[in-house]
Amino acid sequence: MGMLSRSPWVIHYDGSSCNGCDIEVLAALMPRFDVERFGVVNTGNPKHADILLLTGSINEQNKPVVLNIYNQMPEPKVVLAVGICATSGGIFRECYNVLGGVDKVLPVDVYVPGCAVRPESIIDAVVKGVGILEEKRAAFKAAGKA
Amino acid sequence: MSERTIIPFGPQHPVLPEPIHLDLVVEDEKVIEAIPSIGFIHRGLERLVEKKDYVDYVYVAERICGICSFIHGLTYCMAIEELMKVQVPDRAQYLRIIWSELSRIHSHLLWLGLTADSFGFESMFMQSWRLREQILDIIEETTGGRVIFGSAKIGGVRRDISSVKMDEIMKKMNVYRKDIAQLCEQFMKDQTVKHRMQGVGLLSRADAISLGAVGPMLRGSGIAQDIRSTGYSGYDRIGFTPVTETAGDCYARCMVRMREMDASFVMIEQCVGKMTDGPIEVKVTGNPAGEFFMRSEQPRGEAIYYAKANGTKFLSRLRVRTPTFANIPPLLATLAGCQLADVPVIVLTIDPCISCAER
Ligand code: SF4
Repeated sequence: MGMLSRSPWVIHYDGSSCNGCDIEVLAALMPRFDVERFGVVNTGNPKHADILLLTGSINEQNKPVVLNIYNQMPEPKVVLAVGICATSGGIFRECYNVLGGVDKVLPVDVYVPGCAVRPESIIDAVVKGVGILEEKRAAFKAAGKA
Repeated sequence: MSERTIIPFGPQHPVLPEPIHLDLVVEDEKVIEAIPSIGFIHRGLERLVEKKDYVDYVYVAERICGICSFIHGLTYCMAIEELMKVQVPDRAQYLRIIWSELSRIHSHLLWLGLTADSFGFESMFMQSWRLREQILDIIEETTGGRVIFGSAKIGGVRRDISSVKMDEIMKKMNVYRKDIAQLCEQFMKDQTVKHRMQGVGLLSRADAISLGAVGPMLRGSGIAQDIRSTGYSGYDRIGFTPVTETAGDCYARCMVRMREMDASFVMIEQCVGKMTDGPIEVKVTGNPAGEFFMRSEQPRGEAIYYAKANGTKFLSRLRVRTPTFANIPPLLATLAGCQLADVPVIVLTIDPCISCAER
């Protein structure tokens, strides 16, 4: 296991979700699921984060915010789209103010279905994300950037 | 006079799981004014009534907010039932109350955790969310969902709870009730908590009325207004008095929520005692016509649904006013004059749910 995957730091941002998925993200931190035992830390600072966890879809108002957070994160980074809203727009995809899933503005690495997602699938997604993070890091190194 | 600075708070902020943006105008450490900008999660789902028919829309209504999802779905159903003159069977009404009150308990526990977290009481955050998981287990056992229940439907409910299951649940609930009461006591008696909350974020009785506060924010300022006392969905058949506190500060608002949790347990017990066997739904045919205002009490306060139907499958207008939206003006009033470090605590004592405020 590489350096990053031992303790990935995650930042969570709520696009335009119904809150259901956000609450499940928080629930994954709780004693029952407790992702911290795997070294996953929830941070509020994009500059410290390796993984961007997005719930909810994208609209005109939050697009710059999402991009801003993404751009502040150091390379290599991974994006998880959590919940059906984040993957495609879900039940709200026909709404006038919803542009669609997160992949409309950011390259998404892991798509997590579910409405609301279960904390177990969020943990699975983070584990998957960590694998991708390591691959990205290896590629980064090979390119002589790190 | 010292210089004024503007500090942005949000939209991405560690204490908030959801985005709201406040520009805090500060002089030294004192907040002079808070200027909100909202709309980050606006989806425009009221317009979806044009694309989804009135039966399907229940699912959208449930997804207005992921915390009080059941009560949103229920309020929508009740509005349509009124339009269509549908009489919901007794058993369904009791089941609706049970699920509503379970939602209230889990919502208040969630709030308690976030509030404790806002001033760094990390272990309380963990404890209250641990208890919340147990309530969610009951919800999952009875409805199949943890967050979105999907059990309200026009004309009744989708699932029944067998009496064996009910006994099992009641046994567990008795234990949880004690656990939660103990947790609340620890929180309220804590010196640090008192220090951070008493006298902070004061909202006077007059202001609460004139600024249109709702829910625990209003009841914390001494006004006994709770929509459940209008007796919708069978609340008139179970004994109920609104919980109030008079101090109007953050501490009083916490106290209201703690006591409400206990009251919810009592209500569930009463429902279970009064429930008789019978059908859980009636068949609904035809299309709604006319207009109706439905009010309901959510964990955060009063929600209003306005539905206008034209005799077709699709409603012509739906308007939702959610409690957090109503609580934003009182929040801004209480923020003016507070210390910068108290902002997260005050924001959390209105129990903000931005998703539903912006829909
Ligand atoms: S996927 Fe479902 S639960 Fe999650 S934010 Fe979207 S509507 Fe809410």
